[in-house]
Amino acid sequence: MTTAAAPVATAEEKRRIRWADLAPFIALGVIVFIGILINSNFASSANLINVITRSAFITIIAVGATFVISSGGLDLSVGSMMAFVTGIMIMTMNGLAPSYGSWAIVMGAGVALVVGGLCGLFNGLIITVGRIEPFIVTLGTMGIFRAFITFMSDGGSLPIDRSLREAYRPVYFGDFLGIPYPVLITLAVVLLGAFLLYRTKYGRRLTSVGSNAEVARFSGVNVSRVRTLAYVIQGLCVGVAAICYVPRLGAATPTTGQLWELQVITAVVIGGTLLRGGRGRIWGSVAGALILEVIANVMVLSDMVSEYLVAAVQGAIIIIAMLAHRFTSSR
Amino acid sequence: MNSLAHRAATKNARAPAAEVLRAEGLSKAYGAITVLSDVTLDIRAGEIHAIIGENGAGKSTLMKLLSGHVTPTAGDLLMEGQPLAFADSVEAENAGIVLVHQEILLADDLTVAENIFLGRELRRGFMVDDRAMNRRAAELLARIGSVARPRHRVGDLPLAQRQLVQIARALLDERKVVIFDEPTAVLANDEVAALLDIIRGLREHGVAVLYISHRLDEIQTLADRVTVLRDGRMIGTWPAAELNQRQMAELMVGRELDMLYPNKRAATSEEPLLSVTDLEVDQGAQKASFAVRPGEVLGLGGMIGSGRTELIEGLMGLRSSQAASVVVNGREISHRSVASMMEAGLVYLTEDRKGKGLLLDEKLAPNLTLQALEAVNPATILDRRAELAALRKAVADYDIRVRSLTLEAGKLSGGNQQKLLLAKLMMTDPSVVIIDEPTRGIDIGNKSQIYDFIDAMVRAGKACIVISSEMQELVGLADRVLVMRAGRIVAELSGGEINEGNVVYAATSGAHGSTGEDLHDHSGRTRRDS
Ligand SMILES: Nc1ncnc2c1ncn2[C@@H]1O[C@H](COP(=O)(O)OP(=O)(O)OP(=O)(O)O)[C@@H](O)[C@H]1O
Ligand SMILES: [Mg+2]
Repeated sequence: MTTAAAPVATAEEKRRIRWADLAPFIALGVIVFIGILINSNFASSANLINVITRSAFITIIAVGATFVISSGGLDLSVGSMMAFVTGIMIMTMNGLAPSYGSWAIVMGAGVALVVGGLCGLFNGLIITVGRIEPFIVTLGTMGIFRAFITFMSDGGSLPIDRSLREAYRPVYFGDFLGIPYPVLITLAVVLLGAFLLYRTKYGRRLTSVGSNAEVARFSGVNVSRVRTLAYVIQGLCVGVAAICYVPRLGAATPTTGQLWELQVITAVVIGGTLLRGGRGRIWGSVAGALILEVIANVMVLSDMVSEYLVAAVQGAIIIIAMLAHRFTSSR
Repeated sequence: MNSLAHRAATKNARAPAAEVLRAEGLSKAYGAITVLSDVTLDIRAGEIHAIIGENGAGKSTLMKLLSGHVTPTAGDLLMEGQPLAFADSVEAENAGIVLVHQEILLADDLTVAENIFLGRELRRGFMVDDRAMNRRAAELLARIGSVARPRHRVGDLPLAQRQLVQIARALLDERKVVIFDEPTAVLANDEVAALLDIIRGLREHGVAVLYISHRLDEIQTLADRVTVLRDGRMIGTWPAAELNQRQMAELMVGRELDMLYPNKRAATSEEPLLSVTDLEVDQGAQKASFAVRPGEVLGLGGMIGSGRTELIEGLMGLRSSQAASVVVNGREISHRSVASMMEAGLVYLTEDRKGKGLLLDEKLAPNLTLQALEAVNPATILDRRAELAALRKAVADYDIRVRSLTLEAGKLSGGNQQKLLLAKLMMTDPSVVIIDEPTRGIDIGNKSQIYDFIDAMVRAGKACIVISSEMQELVGLADRVLVMRAGRIVAELSGGEINEGNVVYAATSGAHGSTGEDLHDHSGRTRRDS
């Protein structure tokens, strides 16, 4: 109303490039470039497809973790949950195989999704209704799920029924127009995740809860429901990952998915999602998962560094990513 | 105004008392946005130098430049004649310059003493010397008139006490320049008086004090010189004695000001829009019954800590509470929550806009539409175009001064954040609005805008409850006033009874409920210092 009012510039049309947001993709490019320099086999399409396919599990679970972490939470149980869901799924399939034949696979997949969702719901409800730190709750369920799979497999291996192997194999090993199914499934999960997080009211509420839960509460957002749902989404992603995983090795063992939670959280964090919540980067998580897998691949292909040190390099990456973030985001 | 400007120039030419800090042609731009240009300022030992200006004029930015929190794009700083540049605020603090921020920046989970000494802990050998720190903190707090105890958890303190902790932190070491950015915005009258005494004490000790406030009466009684900023530019510096409040206000806004408060109204119907019977809020309010009718502004007065905010937060279902009956728009509300109240047409604007009102790291549009998400986006999918249109409309309707619509809410100036918050609430199209401290941090020109806005809303048949610690505001705005003391509604004033004397009398008479007890009520637990 004052004449001296500063004009409201329409800067939203000018999309500024934010280097910090691009960082994970640039890092991925650099690592790929290094890979090409080190070993010419690296760039072969067979190897690249192999790398991308192998990263599918972590990517799918990381999409769910992006929801949990941007809501201000954390889920350490994903690796064990993955093993547990895999076990239940295999047992269901094996039980149903005699009467339903190949249909048992579809039913087993359905069960995997339901069980994954329920595991997530369990985590979510204890955290929100019980008001306990997510770190503690999921540390607990991580142990519980791990014990269950060990119990179910009797400490050994829980293989899928022979009669189902052939029919189920293509889900991991098959392809459509040269693109492996796991990659297509991953892409679908990522697109769905990005849609949910960026384009829907739920995504907006989730971000607000992670950004400042008090503000969300004072704005009429049902904070507990939003948070719980994030864990359910995480559980569903674990279910999808399990469906892709079983045909690869054909069995669940007590070590299935071990330490995956670390890889998943690493992927999410180097992808640019803030651990304190409020900012989720789905595509960044994808880049993060690829970075981890490409590094492992490059190390295997080169003989300069022992491949036993893969985890050390991956661990160093998360620290470097955080340091880089600190320096780019200070004024 | 020309003659004033002329006089300012001649005054400045007079031999200055020892100059401590000088800014020469200081400018600051964020990308293409220039927020300060070519500011030249001298600050002298033993003076209280007030900086005034409209919301978004650049006052806080200038103070952050002087105290090393932000680096200037152009211009120089000179300390006692020596040019210098601060890499960060720690360097500035070491040089003797400290800023008490407009926003409260404390670690909620640490104690008062831990916050005061954060980064400067006292040690005995390898050990942190808690006992010594608590002792010194207690002294400091007593000196500035705070009732907070060293061992209180900061997160449990009311806003005013947190502000005092922040001030205590600034005064811990010897300083040459102490900068206060709207320190009194969240303080009650007696706390303000205590703080102003402290500030005068600093002046006695030869400290240069820079002081920002929108309360011009405060500036007039306190300041030695006044510098006016408008739209990032320096308008001039005057001896405070040469300006009256009206002149200050007109220099700030660059035009003549009209009447501050709108004419009073009367309820247009006896049928209340909101009626509350026997509301009990745990650790907050007892047996509160009240009603608002369409067409009236109901004021809720009382000292800070008297339970007004707690009462309303309880009403909104944000604190545990029980009520015999709550009726909004003729609908009995059985389950009280922000969402159900909003659906019935009642919304609440919090006094704590940083902590409970706005998502500071998010952009303007998500902030604006968070509460009215369903209304703006009827489908599951977000309607970005509708959100942007809503933002443009809000920026225009509420005169939010912002140079880019893609800024994060935390980068708006304090007053403009308040306007954004008001716009956010009004997006839900409520019929009753409860506003806790409507003009906190808002400049005098915008104040009357907000009052006019409340007036227009109420005249259109809605109702408004205003909580205000500013007596003038309460008296000037409300058609009826309820006064609270120690968690109870103790008086109702209407018509000619509404004056400052009556409100203060009702709020303080009957000496139970000292500030100290209120503090304990608020935090819900009692701590004892060893
Ligand atoms: N980091 C930033 N990026 C872009 N613009 C900014 C940033 N920080 C501040 N601004 C802008 O600078 C201008 C001046 O802000 P400042 O906080 O200094 O105002 P102020 O005079 O203190 O106002 P108030 O009285 O409302 O506190 C505002 O328009 C604000 O939006
Ligand atoms: Mg300010």
